[in-house]
Amino acid sequence: MEEIKQPSSTIPRLGMPAPQFEAVTTHGTLRLSDFKGTWLILFSHPADFTPVCTTEFIGFSQIHPDLQKMNCELMGLSIDSVYSHIAWVRNIQEKLGVKITFPVIADLNKEVASLYGMVMPGESKTETSRCVFVIDDKQILRAMIYYPLTTGRNMDEILRLIQALQTTDANGVATPANWRPGDKVIIPPPMTQEMAEERVKTPNVECTDWYLCKKELK
Amino acid sequence: MACITPDGQLTTTASNLLKFLAEPKTLEEIKTPFPRPTYILRSMLRELVQAGFILEEGDTFSLTDKGKGKIG
Repeated sequence: MEEIKQPSSTIPRLGMPAPQFEAVTTHGTLRLSDFKGTWLILFSHPADFTPVCTTEFIGFSQIHPDLQKMNCELMGLSIDSVYSHIAWVRNIQEKLGVKITFPVIADLNKEVASLYGMVMPGESKTETSRCVFVIDDKQILRAMIYYPLTTGRNMDEILRLIQALQTTDANGVATPANWRPGDKVIIPPPMTQEMAEERVKTPNVECTDWYLCKKELK
Repeated sequence: MACITPDGQLTTTASNLLKFLAEPKTLEEIKTPFPRPTYILRSMLRELVQAGFILEEGDTFSLTDKGKGKIG
């Protein structure tokens, strides 16, 4: 029987403190703790000067101003040198007219990639997959998205995810499938029978049944 | 943002930051004249502390004698 080798890296857990690191980036040496007080999208891409990654970098750059309005920053990562990153972002600006304004980690020793489980050996042992980690302003890991090498990520969904998480934090609510800002939100399910009975009588709450109640945010 | 070049020279921003720290300042006070993301300012300040140009005491940053010498 073929031996199954376990990958050496682990995948972090939602709701836990995000693994701390210090890394060389295109914006100098940065620590995760430098982002305290700000939301952060830490994302990896397979390699510089590759087509899907280039389209993604343009996409991330386009949503960066919207993210910053939500107190959210971006930081990329791949297993390339900082010189390669600099050459690539300069090339994107020269050839495509898009300035990359966020830092990119040069993770040549795979230190951060291992901490966050970004390398999927079944896909590639030398490249990071298309991972997205949403870290909140208290440095708690709030969401993870993993895409394969072949498939570019959806920037609208990344924006929507941040909007949904921040709406949850601000209002103590959940968000339904395909939720968009302005849509009704879900009131967390009642924990007791009494709460359930009161819930269905609450004005301005639309209840399909006691466990599925929505309301508009004012 | 790396603010000290490999040959030991300060970037323009770092030089301006050292001059601004002639009087001790907090990060919040630094943010107004240096409108950059906070993570960039933290990184720059750490680099200047490690180089011995400024001193961090509590939440205040101040110029060291080495820092004063650097900006002349």
